[in-house]
Amino acid sequence: MPKLNLNRVSMPRQDPRVRSKNFNEVALGYDAEQALAEASRCIQCPKHPCAEGCPVSVDIPDFIKALHEGNTPEAVRILKSKNALPGICGRVCPQETQCEVACTLEKRAAPIAIGRLERYVADWERAHKKALSTPFDLPKPTGKRVAVVGSGPAGLTCAADLAKMGHSVTIFEALHVAGGVLMYGIPEFRLPKEIVQGEVDYVASLGVELKLDSVIGKTDTVDELLGNGYDAVFLGTGAGLPMFLGVPGENLNGIYSANEFLTRVNLMKAYLFSRYDTPVKIGKKVAVIGGGNVAMDSARCALRLGADVVYVLYRRSKAEMPARHEEVENAEEEGIIFKFLTNPKRFLGNQQNSVAGVECHEMELGEPDESGRRRPIVKPGSEFTIDIDVAIVALGTTPNPLIASTTEGLKTTRQGTVVADETSGKTLKPKVWAGGDIVTGAATVISAMGAGKRAAASIDTYLRGLS
Amino acid sequence: MYKILLRQDLVPNIHLFKLDAPAIARKAKPGQFVMVRIDEKGERIPLTIADWDRKEGSVTIVFMEVGTTTHRLATLKAGDSIANFVGPLGVPTHIEKFGTVVCVAGGFAVAVIMPIARAMKEKGNKVISIMGFRSKNLVFWEDELHRVSDQLIVTTDDGTYARKGLVTEPLKELLSSGQKIDWVIAIGPSVMMKFCAKTTEPFGVKTIVSLNPIMVDGTGMCGCCRVSVGGATKFACVDGPDFDGHQVDWDLLFARQKVYLDEEKRSFDEWLTKHKVNA
Repeated sequence: MPKLNLNRVSMPRQDPRVRSKNFNEVALGYDAEQALAEASRCIQCPKHPCAEGCPVSVDIPDFIKALHEGNTPEAVRILKSKNALPGICGRVCPQETQCEVACTLEKRAAPIAIGRLERYVADWERAHKKALSTPFDLPKPTGKRVAVVGSGPAGLTCAADLAKMGHSVTIFEALHVAGGVLMYGIPEFRLPKEIVQGEVDYVASLGVELKLDSVIGKTDTVDELLGNGYDAVFLGTGAGLPMFLGVPGENLNGIYSANEFLTRVNLMKAYLFSRYDTPVKIGKKVAVIGGGNVAMDSARCALRLGADVVYVLYRRSKAEMPARHEEVENAEEEGIIFKFLTNPKRFLGNQQNSVAGVECHEMELGEPDESGRRRPIVKPGSEFTIDIDVAIVALGTTPNPLIASTTEGLKTTRQGTVVADETSGKTLKPKVWAGGDIVTGAATVISAMGAGKRAAASIDTYLRGLS
Repeated sequence: MYKILLRQDLVPNIHLFKLDAPAIARKAKPGQFVMVRIDEKGERIPLTIADWDRKEGSVTIVFMEVGTTTHRLATLKAGDSIANFVGPLGVPTHIEKFGTVVCVAGGFAVAVIMPIARAMKEKGNKVISIMGFRSKNLVFWEDELHRVSDQLIVTTDDGTYARKGLVTEPLKELLSSGQKIDWVIAIGPSVMMKFCAKTTEPFGVKTIVSLNPIMVDGTGMCGCCRVSVGGATKFACVDGPDFDGHQVDWDLLFARQKVYLDEEKRSFDEWLTKHKVNA
């Protein structure tokens, strides 16, 4: 047996000085040789702890083995039998806290780069599509119909699994493209829209019908779907309502919610204005408020649009930031300036009612709060002002009340999330399941996919029980 | 794709499209709006629903040529299609038997006050309508609005047709005439709505306005359309578009409507250049 290589194969990335000026993908992916070298590091340990760490239970060692043996089509089959969206997961999953952290090698060396291999396999399939037959034979139709509301990661996963079980599935999407946050939220340079579209097309190829421009709660209600012949409904509408700071001056021009800013840039392609009709304000000095992945995405988009300086203002310290370590590192490399222990007190405007500055407090950390992180406390008399011309508020999102307010019998919490069983996704309303951010509040793509998958299994059991 | 079944040019720069949209027609109510996107490169813009035919499965919109999107829309004809047409969105206008209701419409908004006046009339209200235009050549639907109103007053800014002056003048006369006015609805350009609200305020008559801030998704997702009403921030797309005109922070609305003035000009100039070349 060859000696174990302790270091993972590094993945080529665009140079920070170049990439901070374009919207092309930052990480370039492994080539065949690099993928093979990385796959060969897997020791095929008997316990498969990595697979247990995966919310959708991908048979990770098996697909890596197939890859290592040079049977990439088999790697595709293994991967896609559990995960309909591998090109997406390979790019945006926090592997470092899920599969890779569980890797046996992790104790003495760098864990296998599972995410990079997953991405390689997915991209290989996309490039060799014509050479492959459909990886799955769909079972005989059950004659049962399921309405999936929302086409983000939860909805797509639930729909794909139900279709593979033989049910007839329709996805209802409010926007003009399917993909939800994968399309409007995560930027092109981190998750190319072509990749998302490719995986949406794959879900459609399983027989799933996509109804765009359909705002459930308005165009139709959940009860109308149930009355119109759907046997079950899955709600995967995410957390789409942006939170604001609630400080004076927040409605000045040039102050965006991260949702609006990212929707303009990603979904409406404002970075290609005026070739595309939707504009976005291009700030010279931009402040992003928040410390999560959405804040990193917003800051890096603002930089690419042409800002001279982009600040991230976060009220706690670097250690408490909820963003992925990798994304913070990418942002730092590109020149984003982090101002920790800084919290806006108010926004200052100019004569045109546009934002011209943000007055901030310095903060210090006190005792841990209910989230377990140390609570930020205002340092009295510490006010200082930063000159800005665009601000992006990335404080998080809560579920859109549109469905809960139009669906009788659906219970919600004080935070606006829908009450559902953690394992099955069953809500308190008969025939209605829910999963993803609408249940948990804003979380990750893969946790939403896990919820969609578990709900699909529960819905399948329910449908098979019907005569 | 949503097919344009009918196009009518109401006046030179105001057009009516009837679109094939059965799902929206089934649900539409007075005061609601749709989001429109012409094609892959288009913006999403809100347009208030002017009419619907549940049997035919059609929805009617009326728009004025203002910027790139509405000018592009005006190049389409019956038989063409647009990429996206989403709705019905927003909270429907509150319709109730109030007694005497005054419906005030400025310019192209005559089209969107129509279903409201009709619904108010059907509820048993006495409906007095006021419609104002800049000039005679822009007047449309006088007979149509008259048909659903007990009384109709027409004004033109320049006096080239009917009564000379702004809509606020007959509105003030009605309020001071001694007859009981129970409810006012004013729809039109923001500045006109503001002054209607200012006119009714001293009389203490509730005045509903339909706000038209810039929107992106139209479903409460982005907060672009935030307005301040009674000191609280609201999203016009899901909390409105109808609000109490006496509570609206008008200056904020005006400022936010102008946020993309430079970009809109650039986009429109480029469109004009390209369009002229192609024409």
